[in-house]
Amino acid sequence: MTQPVLSVRDLEVEFVTRRAVLHAINGVSFDIAKGEVLGVVGESGAGKSVTGLAVIGLIDPPGRISAGQIELSGMRIDHLPPEEIRRIRGKRIGMIFQDPLTSLNPLYRIGDQIIETIRTHTNLGESAARKRAIDLLAEVGIPAPEKRIDGYPHEFSGGMRQRVVIALAICAEPELIIADEPTTALDVSVQAQIIALIKRLGRDHGTAVMLVTHDMGVIAETCDRVAVMYSGRIAEIGPVQDVVRNPLHPYAKGLMGAIPTLAGEDKRLVQIPGSMPRLSAIPPGCPFNPRCAFVFDRCRVERPEPVKHGTQAVACHLFAPATESAA
Amino acid sequence: MLAFTLRRALQAIGVMIAVGVISFAMFRFAGDPVSQIVSIDTSAAERASIRQSLGLDDPVLVQFGRYFINAAQFKFGVSYQFRLPVADLLKERLPATLELAVCATILAMVFGILMGVYSALRRDTVLAKLFQAVSLVGISLPTFLIGILLIYLFAVTLGWLPSFGRGQVVKLGWWTTGLLTLSGLKALILPSITLGLFQMTLIMRLVRAEMLEVLRTDYIRFARARGLTTRAIHFGHALKNTLVPVITVAGLQFGSVIAFSIITETVFQWPGMGLLFVQAVQNVDIPIMAAYLLMVSLIFVTINLVVDILYTVVDPRLRATVSRAS
Repeated sequence: MTQPVLSVRDLEVEFVTRRAVLHAINGVSFDIAKGEVLGVVGESGAGKSVTGLAVIGLIDPPGRISAGQIELSGMRIDHLPPEEIRRIRGKRIGMIFQDPLTSLNPLYRIGDQIIETIRTHTNLGESAARKRAIDLLAEVGIPAPEKRIDGYPHEFSGGMRQRVVIALAICAEPELIIADEPTTALDVSVQAQIIALIKRLGRDHGTAVMLVTHDMGVIAETCDRVAVMYSGRIAEIGPVQDVVRNPLHPYAKGLMGAIPTLAGEDKRLVQIPGSMPRLSAIPPGCPFNPRCAFVFDRCRVERPEPVKHGTQAVACHLFAPATESAA
Repeated sequence: MLAFTLRRALQAIGVMIAVGVISFAMFRFAGDPVSQIVSIDTSAAERASIRQSLGLDDPVLVQFGRYFINAAQFKFGVSYQFRLPVADLLKERLPATLELAVCATILAMVFGILMGVYSALRRDTVLAKLFQAVSLVGISLPTFLIGILLIYLFAVTLGWLPSFGRGQVVKLGWWTTGLLTLSGLKALILPSITLGLFQMTLIMRLVRAEMLEVLRTDYIRFARARGLTTRAIHFGHALKNTLVPVITVAGLQFGSVIAFSIITETVFQWPGMGLLFVQAVQNVDIPIMAAYLLMVSLIFVTINLVVDILYTVVDPRLRATVSRAS
């Protein structure tokens, strides 16, 4: 198999507060191959965004990466000095944030923001960078880009601004795009366009995409593989159709059960009782055990490690190898 | 944009008319001007003739109309105390006050912004904390006390700088400047610090607070995610956004720098309009007081207008609102 674009191994991120050290990410491992779209899904606070920020090196104090490693095309990037990781940000990894209304600096023309980014990462001159900016705007579907390039952010709609943000994220042809809930702040109709755009860009340029969202519909439609996160861990990871059709982890089952179907029987959607534990009060053993319908003694004491199960990997004692469960 | 400027200018004229009414009213309510001018043994006939020559026996409305037309042409009458046209007195004093105010403001802006940016970016350093502590002193100590302390230290004890006056001045047409001679520059230092210290600490605290706010915004995070250099982020993206509110405050403060220069000018015996005003108050020289009131409000109103226009230059969102409204 060829080398993955992004390889994350046993990543741990902690936030040091005055009272305690909070573990936001606890041993997360995954790969993203060239041209692949990995969906990362989970409820708020599961560590999806923090994982994305850790990859791009934007975890701010008091947070820090405390263990594990992150490799971008074989090059380790998690312990680079600030200046070197800065050179990677925007050039080799592009990032798209949730709210396009606040992602752009209101006082600068969008063209200037794109040109500034291009010129930071390439040797292009002012006019060449401007030409490239116009091409980029055209590529992300901004009509009349040669005119719109001189507009200010407030002159664009939310969807158009997100397109500009995407243009900014891809302006140096990155190997990896991290999209942190790129459609959450947008209208449903615009959401579909933006998702289609990200998917098309990933395909056209062979870019790997890490798509963080809590919208299962977006995952099912867009991703090749999906990682279900819960309380700073990956509960289940696998090809999207397998995880959606045949979720193994009880939490993943619950999530998939919460997707409304078009077939539309008037059944109540499945609901997972309770809420995710706070970072300061993660229970021992499996973090999902207080809410799990299949909980048994071992779940309360021993933390499950991810194990291969067909195409999927799942961190649940129900699927632990027979030798261990016999013990 | 033009319509916006015109509308603001009209509002400014409205304010000036209101101030004109107030300053005219001062003549009516601050005692009989004639008895201020004459001595005890002046005869009644002489008093009447003075009253007539000053136009004080005309109906109030006529007096107001005359006052207003004159004021619009910068004719503010004759000072009771100096027997000279007030306009000439003010014109003579204006350069001193403006030079002091501009110096103090530049000082306040430059150091205020530098210290503010520094203490926002290096929040936890000793120097940043020192700036915070010193700024508290600057905000809470009254101007006259700071002036006196500075005089005591630099003029009396160390003897480095003059304690009063403007030093030697050079005449450029009707304008006199102390900026071209060494003694003039030396004389400018202490009053400028005294007058600018409050504004400086204010601007510093404002810049610090605004900058910290801006650094937390999504567009700064996104700028970092784009891999821009720290320099470009801090001094391009963040500082420009920080300066929008700072412009308003600094602009409005320039007006109060001129108005508050009364105290500084008194402490340093600075021959400016403020000192003239204080002397006028002591001598109940109403024409000077009224004219000073008008001058200061004119300066305030003009600055407001300029700040409004500057806003739209810096912030494109306001430009859009402005053109939509007009």
